[in-house]
Amino acid sequence: MPAVSKGDGMRGLAVFISDIRNCKSKEAEIKRINKELANIRSKFKGDKALDGYSKKKYVCKLLFIFLLGHDIDFGHMEAVNLLSSNKYTEKQIGYLFISVLVNSNSELIRLINNAIKNDLSSRNPTFMCLALHCIANVGSREMAEAFASEIPRILVAGDTMDSVKQSAALCLLRLYKTSPDLVLMGEWTSRVVHLLNDQHMGVVTAAISLITCLSQKNPDEFKTCVSLAVSRLSRIVSSASTDLQDYTYYFVPAPWLSCKLLRLLQCYPPPEDGAVKGRLVECLETILNKAQEPPKSKKVQHSNAKNAILFEAISLIIHYDSEPNLLVRACNQLGQFLQHRETNLRYLALESMCTLASSEFSHEAVKTHIETVINALKTERDVSVRQRAADLLYAMCDRSNAKQIVAEMLSYLETADYSIREEMVLKVAILAEKYAIDYSWYVDTILNLIRIAGDYVSEEVWYRVIQIVINRDDVQGYAAKTVFEALQAPACHENMVKVGGYILGEFGNLIAGDPRSSPLVQFNLLHSKFHLCSVPTRALLLSAYIKFINLFPETKATIQEVLRCDSQIRNSDVELQQRAVEYLKLSSIASTDVLATVLEEMPPFPERESSILAKLKKKKGPGAVSVTELEDSKREGGELNGGGDRGPDTAAMAASNTSTPSPSADLLGIRSAAPVGAAPSSAGSLLVDVFSEAGPTAPSAAVNDDGFLRFVCKNNGVLFENQLLQIGIKSEYRQNLGRMYLFYGNKTSVQFASFTTTVSCPGELQSQLNVQTKPVEPLVEGGAQIQQVLNIECLSDFSEAPLLNIKFRYGGALQNLTLKLPVTINKFFQPTEMSSHDFFQRWKQLSQPQQEAQKIFKANHSMDTEVLKAKLLGLGTALLDNVDPNPENYVCAGVIQTKSQQVGCLLRLEPNAQAQMYRLTLRCSKDSVSRRLCELLAQQF
Amino acid sequence: QHVFMLFRQGKLRLQKWYVPLSDKERKKISRDLVQTILARKPKMCSFLEWRDLKIVYKRYASLYFCCAVEDQDNELITLEIIHRYVELLDKYFGSVCELDIIFNFEKAYFILDEFLLGGEAQETSKKNVLKAIEQADLLQEEAEAPRSVLEEIGLT
Repeated sequence: MPAVSKGDGMRGLAVFISDIRNCKSKEAEIKRINKELANIRSKFKGDKALDGYSKKKYVCKLLFIFLLGHDIDFGHMEAVNLLSSNKYTEKQIGYLFISVLVNSNSELIRLINNAIKNDLSSRNPTFMCLALHCIANVGSREMAEAFASEIPRILVAGDTMDSVKQSAALCLLRLYKTSPDLVLMGEWTSRVVHLLNDQHMGVVTAAISLITCLSQKNPDEFKTCVSLAVSRLSRIVSSASTDLQDYTYYFVPAPWLSCKLLRLLQCYPPPEDGAVKGRLVECLETILNKAQEPPKSKKVQHSNAKNAILFEAISLIIHYDSEPNLLVRACNQLGQFLQHRETNLRYLALESMCTLASSEFSHEAVKTHIETVINALKTERDVSVRQRAADLLYAMCDRSNAKQIVAEMLSYLETADYSIREEMVLKVAILAEKYAIDYSWYVDTILNLIRIAGDYVSEEVWYRVIQIVINRDDVQGYAAKTVFEALQAPACHENMVKVGGYILGEFGNLIAGDPRSSPLVQFNLLHSKFHLCSVPTRALLLSAYIKFINLFPETKATIQEVLRCDSQIRNSDVELQQRAVEYLKLSSIASTDVLATVLEEMPPFPERESSILAKLKKKKGPGAVSVTELEDSKREGGELNGGGDRGPDTAAMAASNTSTPSPSADLLGIRSAAPVGAAPSSAGSLLVDVFSEAGPTAPSAAVNDDGFLRFVCKNNGVLFENQLLQIGIKSEYRQNLGRMYLFYGNKTSVQFASFTTTVSCPGELQSQLNVQTKPVEPLVEGGAQIQQVLNIECLSDFSEAPLLNIKFRYGGALQNLTLKLPVTINKFFQPTEMSSHDFFQRWKQLSQPQQEAQKIFKANHSMDTEVLKAKLLGLGTALLDNVDPNPENYVCAGVIQTKSQQVGCLLRLEPNAQAQMYRLTLRCSKDSVSRRLCELLAQQF
Repeated sequence: QHVFMLFRQGKLRLQKWYVPLSDKERKKISRDLVQTILARKPKMCSFLEWRDLKIVYKRYASLYFCCAVEDQDNELITLEIIHRYVELLDKYFGSVCELDIIFNFEKAYFILDEFLLGGEAQETSKKNVLKAIEQADLLQEEAEAPRSVLEEIGLT
């Protein structure tokens, strides 16, 4: 046993830990633990009252067992007892146990809160700190309810000890993060800002985290912090390395506080007051100057702390984006780091330069480092650093260097790590398109991309190259020639076959004059790849063949023979068989004129935002898009949903519809770009601005359920809006619990008086759903918004919706309206992933007639794949790929969590694009759920 | 900051979560994190992107210390948070080794709470943190001698 240097000599605990460490196997360990658990259980249950020391020891053992990764289901009560011990160590262990192992057992929470309350009012700073640490560690809503109003008082009281203030500040921060609605701003806020001036550096360090978070949410209320932060920063930056005593870290004065101050300033625009701004610029210059000074220590801690401040200062400079001189200096500094021997610094420099590249003042300066960055992409040994280099190349790319950057990225792709290939492919495709001056370069680039990294070329990329070739007649001949050459390669990627099939089918005639690429040679080349391809590619090739018959009548006999052979005309795949049969018939009965009309060259696609860019944005999140891209997309945004959206797979429709061919039928079926503007709004992300979409104006009626159905597949948005009032909703669900934030916005300039809201569960819903809330403030000022939180618990499955009644006086007249709240049974879904085999097995198990609900209905909205997928995901189920044999169909699976039981649900949606109809089938382990879900969903598509 | 943890090959020694998550989610995340970090070679960069977070980690002997922070957080200063914590352990235990942390795990948690609270630095002065912990140790020794403890700590 090792010598325990300090500790409270819980010998039994040390012995137990030694025993565990001596266990030779996992089984032995579990055995030893079970023995100990039995022992502790009997001690806790025994008649003899345990003394504080034993209780502490056993609780500590339980904690140790839990931390080893085992479940602990008792001992909570004993731990809570320890909280009220007046022996410090017993209390301390009690609090530790609660912090690590808290569960929302309501009885215990009340006891814990009581103990905390006692300690908070004990005026004993050590006890107060323990209690505050516990609140900060647990941070539950119940604790916020109990203490959110008490802690600000402790924080700003004149006689509070410094250490208590520090804990109180961070404790309040935690509560504010978990339950912002419960921490009310008030008189204390102005006093909190002044903690920035506190003499005790520890107090400032703790308080500034709280102030930063509050400033982000309420910038106006806290804006006085800017000048205070600047003067504090200025004092630190200009202090000598020994002035701050123990707050100096390896010769760097107060690095943590400096970083936090610089971070706080990033919540605000540059100071308006000239003197404050001058002082701040001085600070930033000093920080940049210090980076050039020789280091005061060789220790890495010294340079890390110093550079942490430097990077934070550069972030601030970039955030202001208004001081060209500082921006260029920052860029030069980062340029030095690009070649630093520390990997960490190279990584951070690449990352930070990415944001500098999007500033007009420093874009050119960043570009001067292109060779270094290319070198980093080639030689860095760590993939995460190479990833940063690739990001930076992408960010610094413009017309002047596009060819060089694209070429380097392409050559890097040959050896790139699998983890970043797809993203690299998207980036190359975007840059090639964006900066293409001559489109032959663009075509070369994309074909190279397919050649080098075919597996990572997503549909969006090859759809896009075809759209562009079709829309630009100056590049069509070149494209046909290049793709013909690329197909000569013995092993060529299926994506290349797709592009080749499409382009030769459209423009093969442009190269047919050359005997080396005569029609028959072209056909044989394509057909030599046919048998190695997947079904969708073969379908595409069949369409290319029928186009050949039109372009080159001399190939008709050969192609008809191919179509006629059993492997086509009797193919087991319905799609292939149908195409073969119909194309064969078409080619034999239609006159040349009809054939020419049906198989006319594709009309140009409507200009729209690059679907690739949309995909990259989706991959990286909105923050990752550089400024220039944002501007570009703004320009293009107007046309986003404009041009005629082609159906999901027009080829299939055209193929099965050849008896009445329409001249513009898109035979080769290039799927249209997803309407990116529409999809995200239903994604239900909490980040979506609640008021981003205007709801319809509805007159106040008896029960208004207009908004209700729009929320089945999403959680956030505007529920209701009229001339007076707007109601927004944000909601989140987990298991059988949910929380809904309602935002009531007064749209007028006049106060609403006697504003009351009531939530009710009519009829049997009362026993199925538990909705709790607190009353709102009775006055809503003109232009103001107030918030209300509903806590929702699903007890059992339900079909009705809770009602929200709102009453208020506006200019003397009483307003009264009732809305259906969009709490639907599907909100309590947990997605379930399963294989095709499992899915159908369960499907069969749920075969009783009442377990199934089915509806066939007409499409009311776009049948676009992406839109449908977004809706099905918004529903809360898992969308299962490769389960249904027909790829056009969607299947989903999930479990509805209610307090009393879990209900498994399977869903199948079969669209029929031609008839614009759907068939929806639900099978659930409970029949009322099948019916309700079917009802709700039938109105969504 | 989202989580602070300490582990060696296959064994978690300390974990502190600053965001509300269920036990199951915690186990899954820590397993993923440990695997990701163990897969990295020495001399690689101490930072990496992981889901929508950034991981900052450092190895001391056989023990890895790691933090998951948000995208806009400062990596270098987080790295020094780790180092300062190691210094605190080292000073408190007197040249700390893994066994100290195993046998006195509760102390490791107490020191962490004095230093970081709710995922933010509470007190960065080494002296002040250790003073708080030593005062607590003192209380515990005196607690064995009964009475008058309450008045005493009220004064210190």
